[in-house]
This record gives sequence, structure tokens and C-alpha cells, in this order.
Amino acid sequence: MRRLVSLALSLLVLTLVTSPAGAHGLAGKRFFPSTLAIEDPFVSDELTLPNVLHIKRPASGDEPATRETEISGELSKRITRFFGISIEGELAHLDPDGAPSKTGFGNLEIGLKWQAFTSAEHEALVSLGLGWEVGGTGRKATEAESFDVVTPSVFFGKGFGDLPDSLWILKPLALTGSAGVAIPTRSRTRTVTVEGDEVEEEIERHPHVLQWGFALQYSLPYLTSFVRDVGLPSFFRRLIPLVEVELQTPLDRGQSGHTTGTVNPGIIWAGRFFQVGVEAVVPINERTGKNVGVRAMLHFFLDDLFPTSFGRPLFGK
Amino acid sequence: MNARPLARGALALAVVLAIAGTAAGHAFLDRAEPRVGGRVRTPPAQVMLWFTERLEPAYSGVQVVNQAGQRVDRDDGAVGGDGRQLRASLTPLPPGTYRVVWRVLSVDTHVTEGDFTFQVAP
Repeated sequence: MRRLVSLALSLLVLTLVTSPAGAHGLAGKRFFPSTLAIEDPFVSDELTLPNVLHIKRPASGDEPATRETEISGELSKRITRFFGISIEGELAHLDPDGAPSKTGFGNLEIGLKWQAFTSAEHEALVSLGLGWEVGGTGRKATEAESFDVVTPSVFFGKGFGDLPDSLWILKPLALTGSAGVAIPTRSRTRTVTVEGDEVEEEIERHPHVLQWGFALQYSLPYLTSFVRDVGLPSFFRRLIPLVEVELQTPLDRGQSGHTTGTVNPGIIWAGRFFQVGVEAVVPINERTGKNVGVRAMLHFFLDDLFPTSFGRPLFGK
Repeated sequence: MNARPLARGALALAVVLAIAGTAAGHAFLDRAEPRVGGRVRTPPAQVMLWFTERLEPAYSGVQVVNQAGQRVDRDDGAVGGDGRQLRASLTPLPPGTYRVVWRVLSVDTHVTEGDFTFQVAP
């Protein structure tokens, strides 16, 4: 995490002396907030710090049930108006039942994203991205893998402001989502354990995993600014209730179809320079777990905080 | 878990954010008169829009059109008040539904746009 903060500050200093504006998640009059679990469909100059997840994972094989707390941060920076990079780090604290707890960094994750399509009229966005989990940069004891994982993905966002006026109550709805395949650069990991005269070999297979999900949100800012001012107090005018569904489906190597995931109902409050959000994290099946977790996020709009320097694309407008 | 690095990072971030002297958010519509989606009995003489940020007058405008798409404002849209207000006077409006279309540039150089309707129904 310290490395991440140092890098963020270095980038800040570097770009404060450069120039050139744009927007956070906007398509026409639709503002898409940054969601807590599903990756955003737009490129932006934004900082998530922190995003905190706490949940109890179920026992699996020899592994006991484990209470897990992840604290992550992500910096997103536009290179050009529609092309951006991101860097994400994570600190994990694992507290297994009946065993000592462990704390360590997860692997560093680097992302490239191209916002390929934007329709202001239809409040629609489509982006293509490539994620790279850099193997070996995290601590193995806290389950950071030693190999790289590359994830090409497609992202979308669609606001429903173009519905007929008779369906005005539905216009504040928006849907964002993503789908990608995580491709590990190693198909299996072989572990040999020698105990006395016994040699035990364990092979862990690493499948390709379809990572997919969506976020359905109802924007009260959109309702009051563009559809109908229903006289909400100012605090409530900035609320965006949402439900995120985050799923992982292994595609091969003996684990095909064993989908895990969570349904996360929550709420986001979006202010001028930052947003905060909190969600319950509800496992969809026993394979995922039985206990409800919680996720919370603080997210800064760097394009509004630093509109003439760091909040602009490095090249172009 | 050692919270010190996190605390230091948060402190450094807070300092940087605190000195972000040029900070100004996107200009979003805060409220309007006539109200967004509202119904008025008496035809209004003007529309007034209040934004969350100060606007650049030269690059901020508003138009009002009827259901046939014809302009019914007097083409005199202007930024006023404390720089967050945009107003335009209207021709006499017969009963009907009208659309207010705005596009503004906030002082932080971000463009935002939007529209809404109101009804005149005596």
C-alpha cells in the first residue's frame, strides 16, 4: 500500500507541471458513479482509496474457514481522452479458524482501458480493457499467486433516460457491467511435500475463469435534475441505490461451471469531489460462502480536484 | 495488521487534497424554476436554473422549445446571480409541454449538458 501511495504522489507531482479536460463517468447527461465491485465502463482520472471488503470465506479442502479483510486502492489516469491506465494494490488480512492470522500484499494489478463507444443521446458506453495481475509481486502466504494472469474484458454502461416519458419513473435506472476471461499463464502448480519417508504431491489446477457481473443503479440525482424534482432534501438528491452482482465461472481444468459470486445491495452518495459507498456482500451459493460480508469505498474525482493538472489527460483534451 | 503505513498514506493524501486550490466540480443542475418535471398554472415569464458550480458565461447557454421543437425563449440566456445561475426570458406560453435544454461550461473547464420538461396547464 505504501508503494501505491508513493507512486500516486509521484505521478501527482509529475503531472502538476504538465497541462491539458474531460469528465468522469458521463455519457450525455448520465453520470455513472464508480461502483464498488464491478469495474467501471469508462476511463477517468479518479482514485479509490480505500476499498475495504470484509467477509468470512467457507472451508475448502484442507483450508479452514477464514475471515478475510482486504484493503485496496486504485489509481486511474487518462492518457488520452478515451484511453486510460490504472494501477491497483491490495493489502489482505486472513484470519483462519484455528490457525494464526496472516497479513500481506496481493499482487499488483495493472489495467489498460479504451473507451471505444460513447452515445450521449442513448447514455451508452462501451469499453475494452486488458488487466494484468503481476505474479509474484504479492505475498504467497496471503494467496498471491506466483504467476501472471491476463484478463481481456469488455465493459458497458447504459442509462435508461431515453425511455418514453410515460415510463418516467424508470428513466433514472442505469445498468453497467463487464465480462472478461482471466487467463493464467500457468495451467497448474505442483507442490511436493516430504514428511519422513512419505512424499506427497499436490497439483493445483488453474482454470480460465469467466469474470462477469453487472450493477443496476437508480440515480436520484438523475431523477431530480432531468426527470422530476420530487422535492427531496439535498442529502438524498445525491444518493444512488444499487445492486451489484459479481460472478466467477471457471471454464475448464476440472472446475468448469462451478460458479461463485455475490449479490451486493448498497448505496452510493456522490458529492462534488468524492463519493462514498457501502454494500452488503451476499454469497450466491454455499460454494461462495454462507456469511454476509460488507464492502465500503471512498472514491475521489481527481478531474474535479485537479482540473487543470492531474485531472486532465496527459495528451489532448 | 500494521495500520501505520495506511495512516501515513491517508495523511499524505489528505494534505494533497487540502491544497488542491483550483478544485471545482462538474456543474450539475441543482434545481430549476419552473421545477424539473413540474406543472405550472400561470405561464412563467422566464426559466431559471441553479447549478452546483460557477459557470463560464461565454460558453453556457439555455434554450426552451415547445413540442414542435420551436424556440419559445427570447434568445437572451445569460449567467447571473453568483455565477451559478442561468436564466432566459420566455415569450408568452400557451398551455402545453416545454423542454428546457442547457449546456454549460463550469469554471474548471468541464462541459455538462441536460434537459427537462415542464408543463403549462391552467
